[in-house]
Amino acid sequence: MIFVVSFLVVLMLVGAVAASIFRDLISAVIAAALVSLMASILFYFLQAPDVAMAEAAIGAALTAAIFIIAIRRTKRYEE
Amino acid sequence: MRRIVSILLLIIVALGISLSLAKIPFGAPKTKVGKHYINEGVKETGATNIVTSVVVNYRGFDTLGEVTVLFITAIGIGAVLSTVGGKTVREIEPASLVLYTGCRLLFPLILIFGTYIFIHGHLTPGGGFQGGAIIASGFLLIYLGCRERRISRIASNLAESLGGLVFVVIGLLGLYFGGYFLLNFLPNGTANTLFSAGIIPIIYIAIGFKVGSELASIIDNLIEES
Repeated sequence: MIFVVSFLVVLMLVGAVAASIFRDLISAVIAAALVSLMASILFYFLQAPDVAMAEAAIGAALTAAIFIIAIRRTKRYEE
Repeated sequence: MRRIVSILLLIIVALGISLSLAKIPFGAPKTKVGKHYINEGVKETGATNIVTSVVVNYRGFDTLGEVTVLFITAIGIGAVLSTVGGKTVREIEPASLVLYTGCRLLFPLILIFGTYIFIHGHLTPGGGFQGGAIIASGFLLIYLGCRERRISRIASNLAESLGGLVFVVIGLLGLYFGGYFLLNFLPNGTANTLFSAGIIPIIYIAIGFKVGSELASIIDNLIEES
């Protein structure tokens, strides 16, 4: 149990650092969605399934989609 | 130089937050109201999901505020994007066969799942917001897979307005029957059955329709303009 949770936390940290490092903005958005997905699984393990559902649907799916739509209108690579 | 200053500022902010949080004993209940919700929630509201009993019954007015915030956001995005200029008609590149078939297979299942989540909001985890978000992600799948499909603006506006209207009318009926807004005027019934918990299922169905159509129309507006 503690190993699963710590694995999720490590994945979250990796995703968060990757999102800030990547020059390719699409990859950065995917990394940020990974943070949300891991947070939602973590919420489930912390016995908050209501929050987990909202986080998975809004944080991982809809926010990433809105970011990608916005990036399609602007530039894909950061200078 | 700027980087060093920003790192220093971040360290100062983190120190301040951690020092102020260290004063609060971890997990200690500050008020008795949380205990009351856990012990008496099922008896008083009839909803076995305690989160739902707090969100819709005890704090129903706050939920109306949240729904209003989302409504204003959807209207704002629609208003800003509609002033961008004339719509450019572009060639829509069709999606790949795998995506198209998968989207056609999954879309009804996602809709049924979202509906299940918000109808059973008072029994199982989830509720109107979660179900609505799941339904909106189903519509996102439609925009990715079946690109020539569009949801009807009139239908989504109708669902949105009806959801808000039902919420407010139920609240006003509570004012009429019992003397305060959003009073649970229907019988609680037996806990753990679908038709129980008074007004909670009705309000959550209304919220599910409202949130689903709002998020779907936000995505629709964004995709249309991009």
